[in-house]
Amino acid sequence: MLAFAVRRLMFAGVLLLVVSLFTFLLFSLLPTDPAALTCGKACTPERIEANRERLGYDKPVPEQYWLFLKGIFAGRTYGEGEAEFSCPAPSLGYSFSEKDCVTSLIAKTFPVTASIAIGAFVLWMFIGLGLGSIAALKRGRWPDRLATGFSVLGVSLPTFYIGLLILFTFVIWLRLLPFPSYVSPFEDFGRWFTSLILPWFTLAMLSSATYTRLTRNGMLEVMNEDFVRLGVAKGLPRRTVLRRYVLRGAMIPIVTVAGLDLAALLGGAVITESVFTLPGMGRLAIRAVTDSDLPVLVGTTLVSAVLIVVANAVVDILYASLDPRVRVK
Amino acid sequence: MSAQPLLVVDDLRVSFATPDGVVKAVDGVSFTLERGRTLGIVGESGSGKSVTASTIMGLTNSATASIQGSIRLGGNEIRGASDEDVRRMRGRDMAMVFQDPMSALNPYYTVGRQIAEAYKVHHPTAKKAELREVALSMMQKVGIPNPIGRADEYPHQFSGGMRQRIVIAIALVNNPSLLIADEPTTALDVTVQAQILELMKSIQDEFGSAIILITHDLGVIAEVADDVAVMYAGRMVERASAVDLFETPAHPYTWGLMGAVRSLDGSGRGSLRTIPGSPPSLIAVPSGCPFHPRCQFADRVGERCSSERPSLHGVGGTSSLSACHLPSETVVELLRSGVSA
Repeated sequence: MLAFAVRRLMFAGVLLLVVSLFTFLLFSLLPTDPAALTCGKACTPERIEANRERLGYDKPVPEQYWLFLKGIFAGRTYGEGEAEFSCPAPSLGYSFSEKDCVTSLIAKTFPVTASIAIGAFVLWMFIGLGLGSIAALKRGRWPDRLATGFSVLGVSLPTFYIGLLILFTFVIWLRLLPFPSYVSPFEDFGRWFTSLILPWFTLAMLSSATYTRLTRNGMLEVMNEDFVRLGVAKGLPRRTVLRRYVLRGAMIPIVTVAGLDLAALLGGAVITESVFTLPGMGRLAIRAVTDSDLPVLVGTTLVSAVLIVVANAVVDILYASLDPRVRVK
Repeated sequence: MSAQPLLVVDDLRVSFATPDGVVKAVDGVSFTLERGRTLGIVGESGSGKSVTASTIMGLTNSATASIQGSIRLGGNEIRGASDEDVRRMRGRDMAMVFQDPMSALNPYYTVGRQIAEAYKVHHPTAKKAELREVALSMMQKVGIPNPIGRADEYPHQFSGGMRQRIVIAIALVNNPSLLIADEPTTALDVTVQAQILELMKSIQDEFGSAIILITHDLGVIAEVADDVAVMYAGRMVERASAVDLFETPAHPYTWGLMGAVRSLDGSGRGSLRTIPGSPPSLIAVPSGCPFHPRCQFADRVGERCSSERPSLHGVGGTSSLSACHLPSETVVELLRSGVSA
């Protein structure tokens, strides 16, 4: 088991290196001149060239990549003398349009996205697993119909629609909650919580619908397995059979999907952040795209990639610990 | 106490309501089973064998099925007992071996744990060391080499035959008085089949359990059964000792089944005989004798076959009971004279 985990993590490391290379190459192939974007209207050819030199865009691409990699581990210093400034490790570059190091931009926005993502994740897992189990146990009866209906509804409603709908209902119409604005939970936990409830529900609505279906179908499928019948034939109480036999089997595909869903969401809940104007990583990335802010774009892409790769590795390891058949080589 | 049979099934009827109509899976089945005996139940797919078995185990979902009749195990009525009481009997007084050992074991737990779990349900105070001991000794008894090393392995690390041994170990761990084996060898290789049948026989000698063996394989019946019940369309059409059944099959359907088995003694007539037609739909069972549309003797009896349901009656000179309108002596005579060929 341990050997499996170590092997899996080493593979994840190699994968990340490859991802960073391709991301970097892709963006250096773009026809935009990153140096020309550093000064906007105030640009003169001299300034562009000076900035090009300061940021290292004058060097050949392989060397740029090397400096980029080195920056991640050793930090990076740009320019010299008066104009010198540095981004400490792990440095992902410097954004001229934000006048800040990419790493600190991400460090500012990631907690927002993480708060949204993790809260929504917990919520949808509760709703999805709960409703799904009830639906499976009451198959064909009204609780099942209700849960299935809810999941059809949830899947069919786009996030921006649900988001605006509940924003309007709870904030503007009923005035039950303040308009969401991010506060660090360490500063004011109550405000953090109340301002994130709506984004959580918005995101959870869609996903809990998916997970209701996953759980229901998974459980019904496992319930028909012979080994579940054997569990019943042993004389095990219904609860035990459900927990050790049915849920255990149904959990495995859910864990896989859940890990990847959470990782994707941590990379930026773009629509939800936009609807509720929360300063998360998704909005940072969108702004970088519209402004052609290449360093930020590379940085956020890479962070998302890291999250996905790590989640994949974690899911694989979890999967192996849940299903012994995966463990053998 | 010892005089009464272990299992008495009386006029068992199980039907399922489906969108297409009511499926009468089991329609008036009665039999008794003594301790230490083996009853073989034979029949084609859909003849009601498996439903009979799972109803005895209390595994037929009462929400979807309508169950009537009486099932008494050791004097206790199972039908009408509370779910909790039936649960307590399952695994302790009656246990079941399923058809496919590849899917019958929980893939997520070690085999040792699964055997121990079956013991622990009915011995809640058992300590860890005792459970381990029980699991190892059961693995030993069902012939798994190196139980100490293998108890901590998972089902996928075992072959089909070995898995079926573990399923049998799980079934026998509480020393149940009744063991129901639903096609226990169908999914196994022929050589492994023989081993498993051998194992079941030796275990019966050791534990003294009564066995209900469900199969469509007459060879398996000949191997291990003391008595045989032949089922057709949810009804029992013949009941006899194994010896009598093979010597003088009294029901035309039984005869048909036997004709469909290849014999190895060289007397084979070239091609296998088959029973014309196909098993009836359990939604629209033929009137009268359910076998009459496929029966070669139906025209000798005439209308009665399609209008009146035959009851089981004795066959002269044997222990057999047969449900056929034609006097069984006549059937036996006709069949002997080779009419069927």
